[in-house]
Amino acid sequence: MNKSEKKLFQVSPSPQLHGGESIARIMWAVMLSLLPALAASIYFFGWRALHIEVVAVVSAILTEALIQRLRGKPITVTDGSAAIAGLLLAYNLPVGVPLWLPAVGAAFGIAVGKQAFGGLGHNIFNPALVGRIFVMHSWLPMMTSWSPPRTMLYAKVDALTYATPLGAAKEGIVALVPSSSGVFSAMDMFWGNIGGCIGETSALALLIGGLFLLYRGYIRWETPVAFIGTVALLTWLLPAKTGAIALAPYYHILGGGLMLGAIFMATDMVTTPITGAGMLIFGLGCGLITAIIRLYGGFPEGVAYSILIMNAFTPLIDKLVKPRVFGNKLALSGR
Amino acid sequence: MIIQEFTKGIFKRNPVFVLLLGLCPTLAVSTSVENAIGMGAAATFVLVFSNILVSLIKNIIPKKIRIPCFIVVIATFVTMVELFLEAYLPDLNESLGLYVPLIVVNCIILGRAEAFASRNPVMLSLADGLGMGVGFSLALLLLGSIREILGSNALFGYELIPGFRPAMIMILPPGAFLTIGFLLGLFALIRSRRVEREEKMMNAEIALPEGAKE
Repeated sequence: MNKSEKKLFQVSPSPQLHGGESIARIMWAVMLSLLPALAASIYFFGWRALHIEVVAVVSAILTEALIQRLRGKPITVTDGSAAIAGLLLAYNLPVGVPLWLPAVGAAFGIAVGKQAFGGLGHNIFNPALVGRIFVMHSWLPMMTSWSPPRTMLYAKVDALTYATPLGAAKEGIVALVPSSSGVFSAMDMFWGNIGGCIGETSALALLIGGLFLLYRGYIRWETPVAFIGTVALLTWLLPAKTGAIALAPYYHILGGGLMLGAIFMATDMVTTPITGAGMLIFGLGCGLITAIIRLYGGFPEGVAYSILIMNAFTPLIDKLVKPRVFGNKLALSGR
Repeated sequence: MIIQEFTKGIFKRNPVFVLLLGLCPTLAVSTSVENAIGMGAAATFVLVFSNILVSLIKNIIPKKIRIPCFIVVIATFVTMVELFLEAYLPDLNESLGLYVPLIVVNCIILGRAEAFASRNPVMLSLADGLGMGVGFSLALLLLGSIREILGSNALFGYELIPGFRPAMIMILPPGAFLTIGFLLGLFALIRSRRVEREEKMMNAEIALPEGAKE
């Protein structure tokens, strides 16, 4: 046995120790990692943000329990996966939506995005994003009317024409595009003091949660780094379409839903590839689609679509990068 | 016999919900009840008359070129429908748009010509065409009313519940797929429940004589 083989994964005969991991343990750790963003959403958008989050979480849990009961399956809402989907959906909504909207969105996301496929572990698409796209295309005016954060100095000046940094850039509204002399600066975007969905604005809070998950080993660096890196590179290289204002890459990273999507939704264990190489491809694809939609598409934001589209490719990616079985010379991919 | 050929198109072999044929026009024009009725009526007209004509000329069509012949027959009636709509119902014609000429390639119509009318006598073909047409229209009507109620909060263009915010996605293409998915699931559920019930009854019948002996 040479040295390189020695370093490989060693399997000992049974009895073996259980690592102590369970679905509930992982899910509640993810929940914990989402708390900084929850606090940030309340700080920047007021108690209304908490109302939206509570309604979405309760609706997601009730929908999951109801469907599991109707299907005669064990009710597993205490594992926290439905609650996370509900909370992530809430993070994807603007603060001005009526309270029935998060309830409908979370119920749809769980019912159609998750339970229709067979429940946790069987769903192809991220349930929170399924819910978001459903409410987005059903009630577009509500989903695109942004309110400025309550902490913002200029909040009362002109709330009607308020836009997110990306939206303002796309429509060519110079006054609302972030700059040192403009309404908000790059630091505002980092702290979260900008318009947007309630859970996506604070890059700092999302980073804290992401680092916690990395430390615990529940997410890996490949997807977020590939995703954010690709968006940064493409928005730096490619020109904006006519009429729009070209933004520096870091505005694209901090100004929209990229941090939330890359850290918490493109890393979902069920709907994304399972190997490191697969995660790199997944993140690259997400970044490519996001950059193209943001620069040339009809909507200012494309993170949700990019993750859902790449979710559909996940089985193919997993097949492509199938690792070599230990002890075999060739990968067992049928080639 | 004739009645049987008529009713099979509505339930047992419904072109949309059982055979899953003609889904393209079904999903595209079922955005409102009005469109659904217009499309259903147009397709039924073409189905009935193309079935009758194909059945009449089935013995003089050379077998090798039967499909082009069917298409010519179908296209003739579609052209009639198109001219009629343009002249008398221009609004409906506009909202159905491209899907009126596309009735020519609707696979329900070609399918019935090939599978039924070219092998059966005229009266049976008429009943088959009418049944399939009615089945298609009913399916469109069901989809159209669900989508119009949820997506526009209206029926026949009249507002239903004041203050209700309709889910616009239901009149967009994803709404068509969602609606037909839920309906197919519902029908599958009803079918499996019925099979279960029948099996239970059969078991009960088998068990009964044994109990009667004692």
